[in-house]
Amino acid sequence: MKKVVMSCILLLAICMKLSAQGYTVGSVVEDFRLKNVDEKMVSLADFKSAKGFIVVFTCNTCPVAKDYENRIIALNDEYAAKGYPVIAINTNDPVASPGDSFVKMQERAKEKNFKFPYLVDSDQQLTKRFGAAHTPTVYVLAKTGKGNVVEYTGAIDNDQDGSNPSKSTFVKNAVNELINGKKPSVSKTKAVGCTVKWKKA
Amino acid sequence: MKLLSLADFDQRLANGKDTTFVVNFWATWCAPCVDELPHFERLQAENSSSPLKVILVSVDSKSKLSKVVDPFVKTHRLKSEVYIFEEPDQQKFIDHVDKRWSGSVPATLVVNTSASRHDFYECEFSFEKLKSLTINPN
Repeated sequence: MKKVVMSCILLLAICMKLSAQGYTVGSVVEDFRLKNVDEKMVSLADFKSAKGFIVVFTCNTCPVAKDYENRIIALNDEYAAKGYPVIAINTNDPVASPGDSFVKMQERAKEKNFKFPYLVDSDQQLTKRFGAAHTPTVYVLAKTGKGNVVEYTGAIDNDQDGSNPSKSTFVKNAVNELINGKKPSVSKTKAVGCTVKWKKA
Repeated sequence: MKLLSLADFDQRLANGKDTTFVVNFWATWCAPCVDELPHFERLQAENSSSPLKVILVSVDSKSKLSKVVDPFVKTHRLKSEVYIFEEPDQQKFIDHVDKRWSGSVPATLVVNTSASRHDFYECEFSFEKLKSLTINPN
């Protein structure tokens, strides 16, 4: 019986741990250096003229992330020139999710003509540090004197498949507000997504 | 399949007395969810005379109900009760179900009103794990 109780406690810990940590609105993001699909290393510091970033934790395989792929491309098309480029990061372990291998990422980036970095988080440490639990998850960052500060976390919008009559384009709204020198009026949202495929211990 | 309002959902759980509700949130597009569904079906089948009720709530978009979710339920011969929330705003139902839920699926809520139990798990289960959490968990 003791063993059963112990395993329950352990399980609880495993389940709860991930959603409880990570960056929230106001956090200062520590810079990172991850490999892009073009084999070059990318850091936030490389984007000298950026005013901020639209960091998207996504992947090749999640149907929700795939539904949002064109919207991610459109965000970069609209906002990179305004100082808020998209930085996409694949969260998934390629053993747990073979469709998310580096080669498959390169194929997807080419096929969809990604004009933004699509980075591989091979040890999944960045995904953990941000606290992204599922794909897609967005963090909008603003570059400030003290570093890159999280101004928005959550969903791209609340209309995964174009069926919500009261659609709200959360990320666009947040970035537009930042461009106009305001704080995002909605800074935290939630939506359903695919659990990050963690490396099996 | 029926649409479920958040008020009816709350009432169902609140009126359950000593029933343990095992509410699994899943989607037809979520491969680990689909893999896990048989565990919930088996849990219910093996405990049909116990105060245990499995409810499967699909987070597929409401617009997919008749074209995708209903046929899925038929093909997979799901015997548990299956619902889609009437509320179209994912954020509203996510926070309503449990503030701790980030929105990832699969996720499972275990509620027992008499035992004041309200546990939320954002992960997938093996049948053994699921059983250990829901049958005589103490």
